[in-house]
Amino acid sequence: MPRIALEPRFQVEHLSVLDSEGNLDTALEPKLSADELKSLYRAMVLGRRLDERMVRLQRQGRIGTFAPIKGQEASQMGTAFTLRRADWMVPSFREIAAMIWRGWPIEKLLLFYAGHVEGGRPADDQHDLPITIPVSTQLPHAVGLAYAAQYRGDDVVVMAYFGDGATSEGDFHEAMNFAGVWHVPVVFVCQNNQWAISVPLKKQTHSRTIAQKALAYGLPGVQVDGNDVLAVYAAAREAVDRARAGDGPTLIESVTYRLGFHTTADDPSKYRSEEEVTMWEKKDPLTRFRAYLEQRNLLESDIESRVDEEIAAAVQRFEATPPADPLTMFDHAYAELPPDLEAQRAEMAEREAAGPPRVGEPTPLPPRATPMRGQRLTRR
Amino acid sequence: MPKLNMVKALNLALFQEMERDGDVLVLGEDVGVDGGVFRVTDDLQRKFGSQRVIDSPLAEAAIIGTAVGMALYGLKPVCEIQFSGFAFQCFHQIENHCARYRARSQGRFHVPMVIRMPYGGGVRALEHHSESEEQFYAHIPGLKMVIPSGPRNARALLAAAIRDPDPVIFFEAKALYHAAKEEVPDESEILPLGRAQVVREGKALTLIAYGAMVRVALEAAEVLQAEDGVETTVIDLLTIAPLDRDTLVSSVKQTGRAVVVHEAPRSFGPGAEIAASIMDGAFLSLEAPVRRVTAYDVPFVGFAREKANVPDVSRVVAAARDTLAF
Repeated sequence: MPRIALEPRFQVEHLSVLDSEGNLDTALEPKLSADELKSLYRAMVLGRRLDERMVRLQRQGRIGTFAPIKGQEASQMGTAFTLRRADWMVPSFREIAAMIWRGWPIEKLLLFYAGHVEGGRPADDQHDLPITIPVSTQLPHAVGLAYAAQYRGDDVVVMAYFGDGATSEGDFHEAMNFAGVWHVPVVFVCQNNQWAISVPLKKQTHSRTIAQKALAYGLPGVQVDGNDVLAVYAAAREAVDRARAGDGPTLIESVTYRLGFHTTADDPSKYRSEEEVTMWEKKDPLTRFRAYLEQRNLLESDIESRVDEEIAAAVQRFEATPPADPLTMFDHAYAELPPDLEAQRAEMAEREAAGPPRVGEPTPLPPRATPMRGQRLTRR
Repeated sequence: MPKLNMVKALNLALFQEMERDGDVLVLGEDVGVDGGVFRVTDDLQRKFGSQRVIDSPLAEAAIIGTAVGMALYGLKPVCEIQFSGFAFQCFHQIENHCARYRARSQGRFHVPMVIRMPYGGGVRALEHHSESEEQFYAHIPGLKMVIPSGPRNARALLAAAIRDPDPVIFFEAKALYHAAKEEVPDESEILPLGRAQVVREGKALTLIAYGAMVRVALEAAEVLQAEDGVETTVIDLLTIAPLDRDTLVSSVKQTGRAVVVHEAPRSFGPGAEIAASIMDGAFLSLEAPVRRVTAYDVPFVGFAREKANVPDVSRVVAAARDTLAF
């Protein structure tokens, strides 16, 4: 029997519109209005400035550990920018710029990272899932949301984010497979930032690209220069339009770089060279987009200071949040509190009302126990 | 009233809940054309279509994970995991997400889904097809854990689980699927979750069981009456979590003696929680330590040795006699 070549039918494209030298492919340049370009840049600047502010807040102990986004602003905003409000965004834990664009108030995210669960509640009219921390486990949720939207006949696209490390997890593969079989309107956005904490991409996968993993599931996969916001937008636009038209899911591999640390608890100098970081700093997505806007006379000179003011105001609102009421920890365990939990809540309420225990004073002895039925000590 | 076995009774609950609520979907491996390997979802796909009764790809984590997404959107998926022994491949979705989404989103979302799983021994099955793992789910805040003991309560509890706004793990004893038929009314019937039932009353001792162990406890009670002249109370838990402590405590306050029976291994099992609850609520009434009759703390033993491991009537009777003689 002859061997039949199947492979040439498949291809994985790499998309780039504006490179770090400022060369522009006008044929691929997306048709965005002046206002759209300005708000896209603003959202990227906001992401960068907030990220830097949050690192300082963390160092000062005003918020806890978080995962910085520095370097990934184009990757996030080029994709999230294509969504409508009725669409759904499913984040992992490194999408602060996109989350704010989607409508999360800055102070709410700060609250979340300061350990207040209230910060994880999306607004009632917001079609966003909260942050998911276990890597890749949010991807099946995105597929389920897309299935439900299709089942209800709603005009909805779901966009799900994850990193390069997530593509080693089973849930990534299961989600891609289900999405392909069910042909649902979902866009998978892999922010390939080259490092999963200390493990580089070449130790994560033997595939030449992450995009090609889509082919095995019967989906289109595209690789895009993730530091080129115009290219990311163009790829996402295509994928979202495809999903909306009922033509199924897409995997986008956005090739970018985490310029900062994995989380504020991490020291990247232990596993990667300074030369590598410097090399990627030259490809900074903000510098590139800024030059493009300058050339088109669309750059607003005071954008940084206006963004900083917005952040400062949000930090103030965040810090004015009253301390958490411990008793509310029982509020959302179940729709209705079972009797067990009622009792545990009452136990806590009593402790809280009594105030902190006194230290250094002898505890008074309890009154003598009453003799009990079944007390055998005297008999045996 | 028609007499149905547990498979048919569960099928009736699914059919009626799907008819009454268009948001209810069934999802799992072989649940559609095949009607499930135990036929619990028989004929549902023919009646409701393949969009509502979904033959999923073979992947437990994505069955539960996609169902979480559907539930977040407002649907009410009923998932079937083919055997409870395979649920460890989706345990992270259950623990990390099903159980927590209400709290994580501070009430913005909830996860009204049911996860059905056949569990337990007595069917001469291979490894991963005969274990009892209810303790894992009962321990997770945010979940409810339900185990019916017969056709009629299985039907009424499954309907209640589907209507419940929180995620429910629903274990079905394989040994009971075809064990007995019961009269099950045509019209829809609901049993509230979180309530145990006293299925036999007696003053000398309280036997506490659930699932397939209820009939073992009832048979043991017959033996105790016939051979020892002892009247035994038998409590069928029906819901493992949240545990109906009031029913347990008020019974033991009267009898002063309790024996717990379950198929799961002993240490850190439901029996430990039940014994602690009795200590908390009925300590002054106890005439003897609470005894546990359970599987031993060993990994899978193979069905050639299963009888020696899973509690049977003689072990329950022996433990009851020890307790009565204490």
